[in-house]
Amino acid sequence: MTATALTQTAALGGRAVIRTARQPANVIFPLVFPMLLFAVNAGGLKAATQLPGFPTDSFVAFALAVPFVQGALLATINANVEFARDIQTGFLNRLALTPVRGIVLLLGQLGGLMTIAVVQAVFYLAVGLAFGVRLESGFGGAAMLLLLEVVIALGFAALGSWAALRTGSTEAVQGLFPVFFVFLFLSSINMPRNLIEADWFRWIATINPVSYLIEAVRSLVIEGWNWEALGLGFAAAGGLSIVGFVLATHALWRRLERT
Amino acid sequence: MDAPHENSIQAHALVREFKKGPRAVDGIDLHVDPGEIYGFLGPNGAGKSTTVHMLTTLLPPTAGTATVAGYDVVKEGPRVRKVIGAALQEAALDPFLTGREHLRLQTTMHGITGEDRRLRSEELLTRVGLTEAADRKVKGYSGGMKRRLDLALALVHRPQVLFLDEPTTGLDVQSRTALWVEVGRLAKEEGVTVFLTTQYLEEADVLADRVGIIDHGRIVAEGTPEKLKAEIACSTVEAVPASPGQRGVLATVLERFGAQTTGYGPGSVAVQLSSSNGNLADIVRALDAEGVILSQLQIHEPTLDDVFLAKTGRHLEGAGDEEEQESEQIAQPASV
Amino acid sequence: MSDVLAVARGVSWRVLHMFFTSPAFLLPSLAFPLFFFTAFVGGLSRISQVPGFDFPSGYTAFQFVFVLLQSAAFAGVFTGFGIARDFESGFMRRLMLAAPNRSGILLGYVVSALVRWLTVASVVTVVALLAQMNIGGNGIDLFGLYALALLLNLAGTLWATGVAMRLRTQQAAPVMQMPVFLLLFFAPVYVPLGLLQGWIHAVASVNPITALLEAGRGFISGSPELTVAAFAIAVGLIAGFAAWAFRGLKRAEAAG
Repeated sequence: MTATALTQTAALGGRAVIRTARQPANVIFPLVFPMLLFAVNAGGLKAATQLPGFPTDSFVAFALAVPFVQGALLATINANVEFARDIQTGFLNRLALTPVRGIVLLLGQLGGLMTIAVVQAVFYLAVGLAFGVRLESGFGGAAMLLLLEVVIALGFAALGSWAALRTGSTEAVQGLFPVFFVFLFLSSINMPRNLIEADWFRWIATINPVSYLIEAVRSLVIEGWNWEALGLGFAAAGGLSIVGFVLATHALWRRLERT
Repeated sequence: MDAPHENSIQAHALVREFKKGPRAVDGIDLHVDPGEIYGFLGPNGAGKSTTVHMLTTLLPPTAGTATVAGYDVVKEGPRVRKVIGAALQEAALDPFLTGREHLRLQTTMHGITGEDRRLRSEELLTRVGLTEAADRKVKGYSGGMKRRLDLALALVHRPQVLFLDEPTTGLDVQSRTALWVEVGRLAKEEGVTVFLTTQYLEEADVLADRVGIIDHGRIVAEGTPEKLKAEIACSTVEAVPASPGQRGVLATVLERFGAQTTGYGPGSVAVQLSSSNGNLADIVRALDAEGVILSQLQIHEPTLDDVFLAKTGRHLEGAGDEEEQESEQIAQPASV
Repeated sequence: MSDVLAVARGVSWRVLHMFFTSPAFLLPSLAFPLFFFTAFVGGLSRISQVPGFDFPSGYTAFQFVFVLLQSAAFAGVFTGFGIARDFESGFMRRLMLAAPNRSGILLGYVVSALVRWLTVASVVTVVALLAQMNIGGNGIDLFGLYALALLLNLAGTLWATGVAMRLRTQQAAPVMQMPVFLLLFFAPVYVPLGLLQGWIHAVASVNPITALLEAGRGFISGSPELTVAAFAIAVGLIAGFAAWAFRGLKRAEAAG
């Protein structure tokens, strides 16, 4: 990538961050809502730690993984709604009329969203630490967690960008939220997979890539360095990212149509 | 073909078809000289914006060829984009960025960096009168301010050719006039070629060196405004009877001199004079002979609307109300 | 009175017509309660093995009550969204101009919210029965359960209506939604009140929804408890939010 392309990517990414920062609802909601659910679940499901085989006696530590995934989801949906709005208002055309390469338009958007996700992740980590959670994987684990968050955010962001570019519709992108929400809840979000009683639910959670994202983050918090969980988490996040990026790139070429 | 880098626009048999739709542009030939302001006049849905989108490389033509500043719009798209500026139909601004931030982003996209970027941004803000508002978010701008910022963004890289797609739609008279002054200055002092689409007759009349009138995707007339109107060479006489009861007699008398036309004041009768049928003195004598007393009598010189009417059988204003497909198709080409 | 009913009939017909003929409205209303029911029952049923979890009818019935009440409350909130939308589109102005008695407008929205919820509740009930939910209660107990949910639907509708009438914009959606969401989730959602600990137990103990939940679970298991308190709270919520909604209507009228 040339220096110019890097500068352009940074400028577009910066715009995505600024635009989010200047809309309080888009800042507060992805920070507060996951924390709210975290508080509700951590308090309401504390009794689950009494189940034989539950991997920790702190449900707060167990539940802390969820905001990282949920927050990435919320932030990227919001930002991609704005991306769809760029298409609706013609702002994307404005950018397309410059010498900027098409792929830079996508990379800038994704870069901005990954930045937002990292900022959020630092917030969730700080809240977790304030509530007495200690990462079993230590300081290195925190760094690994942020890296994992970047890849998770990239996966959701790329899929959201695909929806924005494919449809050019803010409603369609917003409509992704319930879809992702379903994937989030049909996972090991509230219970370790091996303790899920209903066979059919356990099967769904097993084939759901979101389970591996959560379990990878969770392993850094409650287990330490579980390379299998981390590997599966990065593989799931990476897979989502690759699929999302390919789809988004294809949608970008179709959307731009410029010669 | 002109030598490369000369800032002209040429199109030959340009066509754009949309899937499951009519031909939005149906074989357009046009030539715009360097430094000329070319007005592209037509009702909603006529094909103006589609033409602009093709000439600015946003849409590939279905058939035909076009060059802008000597570069082929299909084969040399990136080169075309380097030499053109465009302010499209929507102001296309980010409500959460300030004016200055917009310019910063636009200059970055054009590879203008460092001190050049700052100087160019300040120069343009001054030129469009937005220096004081530069650090306010665009969502607080008026319509006129947004259009001015839009123009500034289109000029960031000193384009040789400028495309303006209905730039004054929705603006008040003052803002419109200010924009006209700036566009005129760009063409006359900086030699920028301007391709301007509009549905406002006055705008084409006042601003354009030459006008192309488009309807249903085809150019139906082209020339200077004066030449086009002279081709029609028919004035319109409008008369209002002193007594409404005489309206019928008034109409009968006036119809001896031309065909009745509409779109004038309430209670008036208007006919477009055919050139062979008398002059004002003859009309007055004929009305006097029938005892028609008038409260008002006016002569209207031909307008571009008269030209449009002569070429298409319809008035320009209101002609596009039933054809809204064009802007929808352009907005979502990928879904078609 | 006939004016009020006529207006109510017109308003409720329009809302319900939109609801039943637009998949964009109908499907999410059905999908979300079913989804929560599935996710909670499927994912968390092991919770019933926690020592002290002695709900006789099983975890499916335990969660069914929560989902039923949640769907009731949110049917009201979604109706509030519709009212806000009507304000933004200008349609509410048309209604206010046309209605000889504007209380009928309120009544119409309330009726439509009720019918919306009854539709959702029917589907959720059928799904729960297909999932082999155990019902320990008799007909009267079940009537009590659905009556509680109905009252909560009324309360939710009146709350959201009051907000919509005051703010008159779809941006008010979080204001309508979040308090209801918090009230529902700061209650014994996953386990009975006795198994909650710490701050969540303290909050749930004073949360009015807790009484409704516990009473509802008592009905479905055939061991009614906190019945009087639950109905009193529900009626109190309705009375309070009815005043809230009517005053909101007056404010909307004054705003023009």
